Amino acid sequence: MGILNYKFENSNVLITSLDSLLNWARLSSLWQMQFGLACCAIEMMAASASNFDIMRFGVIPRATPRQADVMIVAGTVTLKMASRIKRLYDQMAEPRYVLSMGSCSNCGGPYWEHGYHVLKGVDRVIPVDVYVPGCPPRPEALLEGIMKLQEKVRSESLAKKAPAK
Amino acid sequence: MTPQEIYDNLKAKFGESILEAKLDALQPWIRVDEHRTKEICVFLHDEPNFRFDYLMCLSGMDYNNGALGAVYHLSSMSHKHKIVLRANCPKENPRIQSVSSVWGTADWHEREAFDMFGIVFDGHPDMRRILCPDDYPGYPLRKDFKVPEFYNGMKVPY
Repeated sequence: MGILNYKFENSNVLITSLDSLLNWARLSSLWQMQFGLACCAIEMMAASASNFDIMRFGVIPRATPRQADVMIVAGTVTLKMASRIKRLYDQMAEPRYVLSMGSCSNCGGPYWEHGYHVLKGVDRVIPVDVYVPGCPPRPEALLEGIMKLQEKVRSESLAKKAPAK
Repeated sequence: MTPQEIYDNLKAKFGESILEAKLDALQPWIRVDEHRTKEICVFLHDEPNFRFDYLMCLSGMDYNNGALGAVYHLSSMSHKHKIVLRANCPKENPRIQSVSSVWGTADWHEREAFDMFGIVFDGHPDMRRILCPDDYPGYPLRKDFKVPEFYNGMKVPY
């Protein structure tokens, strides 16, 4: 908010559209469902640590799906985990987003051929908004994924009536 | 104790239950009766001359000739000697005596062998899958295993 400091003498009223305000609030506080599945989770943790500091984008890990806006699927989705992921996704409140991180959750990764226990892409059980490629992706890639998700949120509209389907 | 001495001792004690051995291999092994593994392992574990107090690994095997098996890598911390035990069982009725009461390590290893090969370890306290989901179809590391087309409505092949 630095650029707005001391720009208003007596009044503190700003005019904006409801959509811009809501979207600004939503994209600046994309709370994340806190869980990691494999080595991608290590990069996700690195992204949370001080060098990359994912919190400057407002991404705060939450330990319950009911407080989370975005699910970062970081790692290999096994068949055993897939049904759990589906349930966790169902427990998240809308609007909810999914960021698929790494080759495994994008498409099965190195397990695509012989992975009898691996789901070949988390998009087979839940809809995915952003795919981050890499094996594992570097923290910068995850940050870019978050920025892409923010772009998507910015272009949405919660205030307008939804178009008829 | 050399592998030959271990073999001779076992042969003298258990006779018919010691089926086969290859003692000049890189890792000398002795094949034993799959229904007497516990007795034999208790002996190997408790006998002061053997003292196999450490089960380094327990693996499942599919020999692709109708036989499944378990392979036990034993080591003794005090005597610094090692030996490999093997126990085979037919694929139609894959049952081997559990050694989880001898070495605690065997508990989860036998569950893994059950999970991957479907070998049932008699006398195991908790014989169920350890890695795959409980309702997973088949035993994935068997040579004739085919990846299921669907699992709980999810497509499995790429």
